[in-house]
Amino acid sequence: MKHSLLAAVLSLVAASAGCAYADWRGEVSLEARHFTSSPIDDAQPGSNLSLSGELEYHTAWDDGRQSFTLRPFARVDQHDDARTHADLREAVWIFHEDQLEVRAGIDKVFWGVTEVYHLIDVINQTDALENPDGEQKLGQPMLKVSLEKDWGTVDLFLMPWFRERRFPSKDGRPRTQPRVADELAEFENRREEHHPDIALRWSKNLGDWDIGVAHFHGTGRDPALRPGIDARGRPVLIPRYEIIHQTSLDLQGAVESWLWKLEALRRSGQGATYVAATGGFEYTFYGVFEGSTDLGALLEIMWDERGDRATTPFNRDLFVGLRWVGNDVDGSELLGGIVTDWDNGSRFMNLEASRRFGNDWKLGLQARFWHNIDDADPLFGQRHDDYLELKLTRYF
Amino acid sequence: MRATSLLLVSSLILACASAWSAPDVERGLQIAIEADRRDTGFHDLRAELTMLLRNKHGEESTRQMRSQSLEVEGDGDKTMIIFDQPRDVQGTALLTFSHKTDADDQWLYLPALKRVKRISSRNKSGPFMGSEFAYEDLASQEVEKYTYRYIQDDTLDGMPMFLLERDPVDENSGYRRQLVWIDQAEYRPMKIEFYDRKDSLLKTLTFSGYKQYLDRYWRADEMYMENHQTGKTTLLTWLKYEFQVGLSESDFTKNSLKRAK
Repeated sequence: MKHSLLAAVLSLVAASAGCAYADWRGEVSLEARHFTSSPIDDAQPGSNLSLSGELEYHTAWDDGRQSFTLRPFARVDQHDDARTHADLREAVWIFHEDQLEVRAGIDKVFWGVTEVYHLIDVINQTDALENPDGEQKLGQPMLKVSLEKDWGTVDLFLMPWFRERRFPSKDGRPRTQPRVADELAEFENRREEHHPDIALRWSKNLGDWDIGVAHFHGTGRDPALRPGIDARGRPVLIPRYEIIHQTSLDLQGAVESWLWKLEALRRSGQGATYVAATGGFEYTFYGVFEGSTDLGALLEIMWDERGDRATTPFNRDLFVGLRWVGNDVDGSELLGGIVTDWDNGSRFMNLEASRRFGNDWKLGLQARFWHNIDDADPLFGQRHDDYLELKLTRYF
Repeated sequence: MRATSLLLVSSLILACASAWSAPDVERGLQIAIEADRRDTGFHDLRAELTMLLRNKHGEESTRQMRSQSLEVEGDGDKTMIIFDQPRDVQGTALLTFSHKTDADDQWLYLPALKRVKRISSRNKSGPFMGSEFAYEDLASQEVEKYTYRYIQDDTLDGMPMFLLERDPVDENSGYRRQLVWIDQAEYRPMKIEFYDRKDSLLKTLTFSGYKQYLDRYWRADEMYMENHQTGKTTLLTWLKYEFQVGLSESDFTKNSLKRAK
């Protein structure tokens, strides 16, 4: 299976060599993390260095109607063997003509509109090794057919192969306590990762508003975690993947200086059927501080019907944040905010800033702090994992 | 018919509201309508552009983009801009549905997250990619976006010009007024002076290297924007203009944003 896929990819690359348009690009990042408290588990480091790289090859032919993109990613981590990993983020052939688009291969699809919690995003597995924000994804094998009509866009997804979530090893940080033993993963369905998943989405632009309605049926990307022991008899969390039905709604609107965002879903298959939602706004003050910079105020609410039985930490939470955009030559940006669980008082603070140096370099800063984490909150294991991260990226 | 009623209404409003004389308002609008008429009907076009940004200390920085536009009958153009440089924003794409009177619709595609974000077009006065061009300077120039007044005939580099004042209708514009020099032979903008909300001279835009495409449509090779208040400049160079390459509505959708490379 893997070999035939590789062969197909290579032959496509070979076939496209010498075409009208082909392009390589890439980036290499050096990441340094410093943890401000001593770890819960002695195996976890106080600081960590990590190097990652991503290449992208793109070629188009047939008058631009067909294209192929290949995007391999790899990381080498100082302490966490699991985080030393590689993934084919994309290897996708695209055909489009008029209102039809077909994409086949390994691809990445994002569903959602909110800033903090990506509630309805269900197509790709999260690369949980990369960053606790859940925004990095593993490539998902799929066939996607899209039709764009006056009455909206319909996307049909067929996903023949499920990707398990990979978790940090015992030496990884931040992580749950104890670690998640992904080698012991269980599946509800006997076909395990070969259960065929399907999804259908309709979306439409209505003036100032964009709306999307989707249904997903297949293996839930987020596993349930139950306590167990690993081969050496040490306590671990064992992931279990269940078959779910998820119906979702996403809505975003731009009205004057307001951006309105809403994601909602109804999901069955992981215990009792439940509904959950997240939504809020971003209001931007344009041209503050001597004219050319923008300041945005963000507020988002995260709500899950299951309350403290929810598998997500974002069950009864409120996010307030600020975004500053410099609009300067260096593209300086800053986003900071606090998520507070109004039921148990747990707090998560996040700061992200970045700027460019010259044409090819970028420096990013992240700070994440967990404060007053309740012992019933899924973030409890990360309560001592506060960290500062500096990331230097070279693009070429 | 529509232009005539627009003419009548704006003449009336302006004649009452300001010291502008009705004949000058009428002549100003006529010139704007004629310039627009001469540039209508190209259907679609594609081009590449580079921006050279320079601050008052002489430090330089460059931007490279590709743009494609589609004329929409009875409404503003649809435009997509794909960024190539600086490299950290490579593959980022901006889709704009401009409208004659309503606020434009805008979406930004972020390739790292494969995410299409709706963005507020309220930021029209903000700098585009850190340059001296504001979003509104690069937006589709619809007649309805301004009120006009003919000031006088003038000359620029020995060429006879119409000198017009135009005032943005949208209160979110960063400008109180603009002075526009339009050449009498071909109705092309040659120079624009931008006055900020306090009515101080903010920027001057100079067009040069006009070339004619399809025996009809004039496009400048270079647009030079000088900010008098900060001393910063941006030289925008257009390359590889291609008209009527066969673009259609389906090249200006959220799916096409995600295909942009």
